[in-house]
Amino acid sequence: MNGPVKLTLQALAILAACVAVAVMPSYVDLFQLMQFTLFCSMAVLALSLGFIWGFGGILSFGQTAFFGLGAYAYAVTAINFQDSTPAILLAVLVPALFALALGYFVFYGRISDVYLGVITLTVTLILFNVFNSTAGDAYAIGSARLGGFNGMPAVPTFNMPFDPSSILFPEQSWYVTGGALIAVYLGLRLLLRSSFGRVAIAVRENETRAALLGYDPRLVKLLVFVVGGGVAGLAGALYVNWGAFVGPTIFALSLSAEIIIWICIGGLGTLIGPIVGCFLIEYLVSQIGTQQAFNANLVLGAILVVFVLLLPKGLVPTVRDLLLAAGRLARERNRRPAGEETHALPGGHPVGAE
Amino acid sequence: MDLAAILALNVVNGAASLFLLCLGLAIIFGMMRIINLAHGEFVMLGAYAAVISANAGVNIFVAMLVVAPLFVGLVGLVVERCLIRFLYGRLVDSMLATWGLSLLIVGLVTTIFGNTMQGVATPFGGFSIGAYRTSWYTLFLLAVALVMLVLIYAILRYTRFGLIARAVMQNPEMAAVLGVSPARIYMATFSLGAAVTGLAGGVLAPVSGITPVMGGAYVAKAFITVVGGGAAIISGTSSASALFGLVNQLGAYLTTPVYGEVVLFLAAIVLIRLLPQGISGRFFKGTI
Repeated sequence: MNGPVKLTLQALAILAACVAVAVMPSYVDLFQLMQFTLFCSMAVLALSLGFIWGFGGILSFGQTAFFGLGAYAYAVTAINFQDSTPAILLAVLVPALFALALGYFVFYGRISDVYLGVITLTVTLILFNVFNSTAGDAYAIGSARLGGFNGMPAVPTFNMPFDPSSILFPEQSWYVTGGALIAVYLGLRLLLRSSFGRVAIAVRENETRAALLGYDPRLVKLLVFVVGGGVAGLAGALYVNWGAFVGPTIFALSLSAEIIIWICIGGLGTLIGPIVGCFLIEYLVSQIGTQQAFNANLVLGAILVVFVLLLPKGLVPTVRDLLLAAGRLARERNRRPAGEETHALPGGHPVGAE
Repeated sequence: MDLAAILALNVVNGAASLFLLCLGLAIIFGMMRIINLAHGEFVMLGAYAAVISANAGVNIFVAMLVVAPLFVGLVGLVVERCLIRFLYGRLVDSMLATWGLSLLIVGLVTTIFGNTMQGVATPFGGFSIGAYRTSWYTLFLLAVALVMLVLIYAILRYTRFGLIARAVMQNPEMAAVLGVSPARIYMATFSLGAAVTGLAGGVLAPVSGITPVMGGAYVAKAFITVVGGGAAIISGTSSASALFGLVNQLGAYLTTPVYGEVVLFLAAIVLIRLLPQGISGRFFKGTI
């Protein structure tokens, strides 16, 4: 596929997504719309890990740390100000700053991949334990009580910017969440197009070589990590807006595992893959919840094992490769009657270059 | 004085249970560079095996010390043959696959046995130190941990299997040239690690709540202790267990049990930052 065709296709896909978001409320009932709102906020979370893992090579086992911090930051600010505008800003800012501090500690300490996984996992557990033990009046920020294991109920949901009196209806919340997903996707896509994005991919491919070319891999990875943290925080705010509730189980390991599963299934090294994987798995889990025969863990675990063993690239790259191979085959077949020599180029193209 | 004694006992007990929990993971990670995230579920399976056989009339000690390790060792054998052997050298993939496996086992056990399980009573009973009461079982756990330490050390250091296993760990190609089949050694090592984990699950069963998700509480602790300990199985794991057990229990004594865990995790992060090769990579080079 050459450049302009691909660009057109991508533009069309985004246009289709915008149209889908716009017309969805008139086709589905309110319950399903709420479900889709949840899926979209989770897809933003999937994008955050898909970005730092697929394009920065940073496997964080604790992306929920930033998700949860964003959710708590949103809830505390929204309760204190009774206005979602500063709350959303803080929900992005607080996790991003936390990612900056943690990332500085990790990347400038030259801690290798496995240990990075250990540290992010551990940080998530610490946050879970800490927020779990914040019951009682002693743990309050302003007028917001953290509430320990019970969490914080009745968090104000989104309102029109700077107008706390006009709270968004579920339909409007859907527009905001779906719009945020598309905006985050576009933003990350543009970021990857920029020179910074190219350097990030270079660092993922070969840190030493990137360093020898004059880039600082530590700084690049740190920035990627911070962007991922901010996006995960935004997802946290969207999540709280959906349920008007936040509790410490938001830091649970099971959610961290689920994000990784979404990405494994959708496809690492793409941005659309995590979204596809997230929608598929979340839909599957909600369907499993309606029947008794299978346990959700059982199905998720089996899917993850099968994908790691048999389809390690994930759905989106596999389908793309199949389509590309089919296209090449078709072209070759067309050429052959004319007696031309075919010099099919090897199908591989730089990972993440699309 | 009594308080100091009981505190010391708690620290020793914390370190001993941590060591028992981590030993199987350390064998698998130290020998094969596979991080088994289904480790907590192996502990859970060991506990289930012990409890179910004890409730079925098997002597509690046979259930804990024989049935649990045998059963989980067999599970480990099956898992190695069906899953792990395709993933050697692919560290991240092996973590993902074993994470999937852990979900699978949790789901399976929940489907079969439901969400709760009748536990077993703690054997022995208690004794008093001054005004404080504690149970003999703490000392039993300590004894089991010490026996396991000596046993695994002896197996790795003095038996033919241990020699071959360490050779395969250092250089699989060279070992293969000398007529050893690395695949079989990996299989045996993984089963051994799983069996040790099952034993830990068995002896911890009387003192823990038996649920399908109990493994989740252990896996992170075991994981950071093994990584903090470094590559050497015995010296690394025992020193890291002693350190983290001490930090955890003192933290719990000075604040609350919850913050004891938090202090443990913080200590682990600082340790990994200061000693990326683990304790044994810095202080006990060349030991087992």
